[in-house]
Amino acid sequence: MSTATRDQLSPATRPRRGRPPWPLVVPAAIAVGFLLVPLVGLLVRAPWRSLPSQLSDPLVWEALRLSLVTASLATGISLLVGVPLAWVLARARFPGLALLRALVTLPLVLPPVVGGVALLLAFGRRGIVGRYLDAWFGVTIPFTTSAVVLAETFVALPFLVIAVAGALRAADPRYEEVSASLGADRWTTFRRVTLPLVAPSVLAGSVLCWARAIGEFGATITFAGNFPGRTQTMPIAVYLALESDPEAAVTLSLVLLAVSVLILVSLRDRIVHTGTGT
Amino acid sequence: MTDVGLDAAVVVDLGTFTVEAAVTAPPGQVLGVLGPNGAGKSTLLRALAGLAPIADGYVRLGDRVLDDPAQGIRTAPERRATGLVFQDYLLFPHLTALDNVAYGLRARGVRRRAARARAAEWLDRLGLADHARHRPRQLSGGQAQRVALARALVVEPELVLLDEPLAALDAGTRLSLRTDLRRHLRSYGGPAVVVTHDPVEAMVLADQLVVLERGRIVQAGRPAEVARRPRTDYVASLVGLNLYRGNATGGRVRLDGGGVLIDAEPDTSGPVYLALRPSAVALHRDRPGRGSPRNTWPGTVTGLETVGDRVRVALAGEPDVLADLTPDAVADLDLAAGARVWVSVKASELTVYPAVGEPAPADPLPG
Repeated sequence: MSTATRDQLSPATRPRRGRPPWPLVVPAAIAVGFLLVPLVGLLVRAPWRSLPSQLSDPLVWEALRLSLVTASLATGISLLVGVPLAWVLARARFPGLALLRALVTLPLVLPPVVGGVALLLAFGRRGIVGRYLDAWFGVTIPFTTSAVVLAETFVALPFLVIAVAGALRAADPRYEEVSASLGADRWTTFRRVTLPLVAPSVLAGSVLCWARAIGEFGATITFAGNFPGRTQTMPIAVYLALESDPEAAVTLSLVLLAVSVLILVSLRDRIVHTGTGT
Repeated sequence: MTDVGLDAAVVVDLGTFTVEAAVTAPPGQVLGVLGPNGAGKSTLLRALAGLAPIADGYVRLGDRVLDDPAQGIRTAPERRATGLVFQDYLLFPHLTALDNVAYGLRARGVRRRAARARAAEWLDRLGLADHARHRPRQLSGGQAQRVALARALVVEPELVLLDEPLAALDAGTRLSLRTDLRRHLRSYGGPAVVVTHDPVEAMVLADQLVVLERGRIVQAGRPAEVARRPRTDYVASLVGLNLYRGNATGGRVRLDGGGVLIDAEPDTSGPVYLALRPSAVALHRDRPGRGSPRNTWPGTVTGLETVGDRVRVALAGEPDVLADLTPDAVADLDLAAGARVWVSVKASELTVYPAVGEPAPADPLPG
């Protein structure tokens, strides 16, 4: 009701809000500055002259390729299992649901290094799961590209789940009731009604998830190590370069920054729509 | 199309109160459910659709028992063949009008091409052929309402349930769509239940009417009958009548709330309802002479309200009464709150009918 009225108001008839109060404007300006200054620092101190030669180092592109591939895989896995999990969290009713909700958000507050240690204890050669993977299938996960993907999924999955579960809870359940009354079973209803209704949030959640995955450092270096071409993602490359070759670190940071901005900008419109969305 | 009828007696526990109602609708008939907000109308509809589980009672559709908790029978909404139309239509926003209508057919396994062809026929029948490719947000309220109706009817449901189907429309559209809706419900041929809080809508659409208040059916009958002889203050105020309860003896009705009125047809006795149109009430500055109006009593104006081209005057007295006057008459009488006047009503204007023979409170468990 209120949105309908709001939409009907043209800009001219919308009440004027007046000047924004300074107790909001000043801290907001400080926040913007705080976010921008480090980026400016990066740009100012970038080794622009030696940039071409730095960029010709195949290690840069290998790390970038690995980061993009693993983050995308992690996002794909998160979509595959995260959307159903979000549905369960939002729709199912069973004892222990509150506990499960808390558990799902745990990786958000857990230091990623701790996540990496936990992954090692679970999927390492002697881990509670890893030991059987090794014994039965001869599969070892730690310090492989798979480990990178697992580590990124572990920390990034909750971002997707929370975004989608929130959208599912906010969606009008009567759409699903109409679908049922028209003879659709719950799976059909999910595919053809529920999922399209929350699609903008799935997209927004995927972007968050992907962004978190591409920036992952702590869990990855703990669980997957640092092997160029195999587990050395951009953030790890940046961190290591900082010790040996600071100029290279800045260059790598610039590349990561450019790629992230490019992707966020290309998706920005849709995310903005989700933010104000219906 | 179908030869099944609806026969249901449901008990739904809502925590704060229970809805207990028994309703029937033969094929081809429209049952109106009238009642104030929060009376349980929508809950009744949801129970019939299988969306609100019933605690007790049964829902039968023709020879099929859909729900009977005592027998452990429960039918999921998607297995009921029930068409639902909500007040806000709830068209799927990501599908075109055509695909909205085709949705039910697709869900039932009809191939896309065939489903779209049947959906297009329906849109055509409802005069929406030009809007087949439009998304719901591009449709006007009236168009969306018709698409929702087509979506519900295209699957040839055995029961159609409409929850305030016209309430969200503007007055002009509502008028024309009301007639259309009636026509489509007639030609649909199965039983239909329409929930509404608009008495005119109920009169136009429904063959039979039940009035639901606080979860119970308080009156049932043909719409005209319900309107002429209301049994609760809610219905009386909806149809704009003064309603009194009292005891009749030999043409005199002693009202429960105080006062005695004389009835021109003294053939009813015992507990009665007495209905009186506000337009049949006359007001005078001085006590009227002993003419043909045989009921006169003094009253005090407690409120004035403009209703259409009339002024509705509320009066306190024995009994309290609402009177409809022209603005001229109000000016002539110099009426204002607190003014003391005489009320007169011709005995022939009173409608007196027995209070016994009301529908008993719905008993969902026969036998």
